[in-house]
Amino acid sequence: MIDVSRAGMAGLLLAVVATATSGAASAQANFAGVWSATYAEDWPDRIPGPELGDYAGLPLNDANRMRAQSWSASILSLPHYQCRVHPSDYANSFADIRMWEEIDTDTQELIAIRIQHFAWNTVRTIWMDGRPHPPEFAEHTSMGFSTGEWVGRTLKVTTTHLKEGWLRRNGVARSDRATVTEHFIRHGNHLTWSVFVQDPLYLEEPFFRNRDYTLSETGRIGAYPCESVIEVLLPEGYFPHYLPGQNEFLIEYAVNHAIPFEAAMGGAETMYPEYVDELEQLPPPSAE
Amino acid sequence: MMKRQTAGAVLSVAFAAALGAASAGAQQNFDDVAVQTLQVRDDIYMLVGAGGNITVQTGGDGVLMVDTQYAPLSDRILAAIGELSDEPIRYIVNTHHHGDHTGGNANLRLAGATVAGGNMLGAITDSGVGAQIVAHENVLFRLSSATGDQAVSSDGWPTTTFFGDKKQLFFNGEGIEVIHLPAAHTDGDSIVFFRRSDVISAGDVFNTTIYPVIDMQAGGTVQGIIGALDKIVDLIVPVYGQDGGTLVIPGHGRLSNLGDVLNFREMVIVIRDRVQHMIDEGMSLEQVKAAQPSRDYDPRYGASGGFWTTEDFIEAVYRSLSEQE
Ligand SMILES: [Zn+2]
Repeated sequence: MIDVSRAGMAGLLLAVVATATSGAASAQANFAGVWSATYAEDWPDRIPGPELGDYAGLPLNDANRMRAQSWSASILSLPHYQCRVHPSDYANSFADIRMWEEIDTDTQELIAIRIQHFAWNTVRTIWMDGRPHPPEFAEHTSMGFSTGEWVGRTLKVTTTHLKEGWLRRNGVARSDRATVTEHFIRHGNHLTWSVFVQDPLYLEEPFFRNRDYTLSETGRIGAYPCESVIEVLLPEGYFPHYLPGQNEFLIEYAVNHAIPFEAAMGGAETMYPEYVDELEQLPPPSAE
Repeated sequence: MMKRQTAGAVLSVAFAAALGAASAGAQQNFDDVAVQTLQVRDDIYMLVGAGGNITVQTGGDGVLMVDTQYAPLSDRILAAIGELSDEPIRYIVNTHHHGDHTGGNANLRLAGATVAGGNMLGAITDSGVGAQIVAHENVLFRLSSATGDQAVSSDGWPTTTFFGDKKQLFFNGEGIEVIHLPAAHTDGDSIVFFRRSDVISAGDVFNTTIYPVIDMQAGGTVQGIIGALDKIVDLIVPVYGQDGGTLVIPGHGRLSNLGDVLNFREMVIVIRDRVQHMIDEGMSLEQVKAAQPSRDYDPRYGASGGFWTTEDFIEAVYRSLSEQE
């Protein structure tokens, strides 16, 4: 009997001390710091970059497939496209990030969480103060408008107001009507950042991507200056693209990896394990 | 020639019903339309109601506005402007003649007052009775020549027209350029560039909702749309990449930046090139429509019904390209 009451007293005392010192009674996680990307997953797609004509495993619809097949890498020579930043739902495919908190220093309430990405030094804001998303006719940006909420210790982020972006940097589009839901999950010094893209215009099913980071004790984000230059003099009213049926590079990926062309062209069914059975029935790719 | 006139007549019916004439606005029910205000810069606002977006510039000199939506909304528009400024409306600029952009001209002009004084007072016949309406001369031509149930009251006609490349104003401490873009959405299009605020009010040469409307009967062409978008892109200086910097208020849709204008421009050029290729291959208009050259952009900009369908757009591109010499 006596032992039990002592244990209870001790427990109560500990709780009071903890509350008084840190105020961290809530279940929120703190993500502040520099996080280094780990590349164990999807390496070829991330740093080397996707191959032309590789849409396998993406739930893109017919319209998006036509967009992608028309895409020409020559757009990267256009001055207005040279410094185009990666949209916030694609940027986590590579490079390190810095996260920090914006706090009301009087109330200690969390106003926003910010993420700076090494690539182009983009900064995005995740509003944590309960503000609503703006009306549809407000500006859309590469970072979009994000609000966050806590689901246990997981940060759940909802992003709208994105400009048109891409799911893969080989022409697969993500429309400006997409809604992106992200989860930031911290396990000690490990961060999992998942991205869930719902695009009513260009996807047959939602697209899901997972990325991992490790907390860096000495991490720094480098500067990333970018300045556009005119590389080629181009006529007015010019934009590079392939006419339907004229993109000779589309077959390369399928041929080089001996993947049926139809499978390389993606679609929701190519995301699922059962597709392997179908894959075996498809004709091998041919360069003709 | 015959074919061209027939197609033109069909188009004109579509425009009269939906956006051509001020009278069309009167048939629409505006009871539930709220006029919402979005601050764009310190002194620049975007008003969204029904019809084309309105741009409002405020300051000590008074109010300058670009486009006026439909007449039945004028009271709500005046109330929205009243929240932003106590000064009178001094200038109305029209980006083009369509009724969804000029329907409120007469009401809003009469609610305002022209800047006049000294020896100007006697020289300007309407001084003091209303705001000036500034537009390219083809806007006056089209508004004043409309007849029958599409006739527009002379109170709503432009009072100050220009021809050539542009008209410049200095108002509320900033240079404002009204820049004419030939043969684009119509033959009287202007964009309005607020140089200090770094905002462009684009009218209907740029929108974020549907394929560009090309009113061929009023002199529009797809080549002119692309030229207009090139001009807007030329004027924009982004902060970085394709974000920030110069902002663009489209004729319809959301507040935009360089990336949005570039995405829209890409779409028009890609479809133009595909249709041109099909024309070069000898395909008829019906064959081109059947080939669906805009299939990849249709989920975003296309429509199977309403006043401007995907087929209307493809036809306008086809005819613009076929008729160019
Ligand atoms: Zn119009």
